[in-house]
Amino acid sequence: MKAHLTRRYILAASHRLHSDQLSEAENRATYGKCNNPHGHGHNYAVEVTVSGHVSPNTGMVCNLADLDECFRREIMERFDHRNLNSLAEFSRLVPTTENFAAVIYDILKREFRAAHLEKIRIEETVNNSFEYCGEARLS
Amino acid sequence: MIYLTRKCEFSASHYYHNPELTQEENHRVFGKCANLDGHGHNYTLEVTVKGNVDSTTGFVVDLKQLKDILNDEVVEAMDHRHLNKEVPEFAAQIPTTENLAIVIWDRLALKLQRAKLHRVRVYEMPDLFVDYYGEK
Repeated sequence: MKAHLTRRYILAASHRLHSDQLSEAENRATYGKCNNPHGHGHNYAVEVTVSGHVSPNTGMVCNLADLDECFRREIMERFDHRNLNSLAEFSRLVPTTENFAAVIYDILKREFRAAHLEKIRIEETVNNSFEYCGEARLS
Repeated sequence: MIYLTRKCEFSASHYYHNPELTQEENHRVFGKCANLDGHGHNYTLEVTVKGNVDSTTGFVVDLKQLKDILNDEVVEAMDHRHLNKEVPEFAAQIPTTENLAIVIWDRLALKLQRAKLHRVRVYEMPDLFVDYYGEK
């Protein structure tokens, strides 16, 4: 039997949306308030969905404690209470929530091997959410 | 194809224990959930059915019928009960949220007539849920 398990985590970070490939005016036109030079922050709710066969021995897709530990070590330690723009992961990537979802997906795909990573979903605010399932992402 | 989701809540207790493991191994694998005195959750169940809209009624499914099935198969069977001790399916399997979603799917699939089950989602906590799509 195959099941999907989703765990939700909250992290707080700041960012500024600004592309070096655009002029100041174009940045302001594209990103609006999010281009404020001093940045701003969000409480991001990150939902991690993994899938796999339910083990007859444990009744579980994977051990939740392992997923929690991996998320703490790889995601919370890197991003919680940080300025995303200051981090190596975003040195050449605008820290939109689209890109944030893809960055988290790539890290967990590499680091969490106990189940298949299906999806990262991030709520940036209660009104905006973004999902990334590992497809090619550059247009 | 239209998808319709109905939600219901139930509260139940459970513990995780595999009789083939020692108590020490059970504690290592299941942590606090291995406490044999049990503990409880407020579960939220979301059942999604799919189907074409009936041209006479405009319904995918008769909601009254779906509500009755949920009441009989889930609420009556599991609300304010001990899953390990009072739900027969868990006599021989561990009542994890994964297995709970599968058991609920199997119970509902037997009773639903016109609409087809699409997904069973069980929230154990607001930050943890399992989806089951009937995949064997």
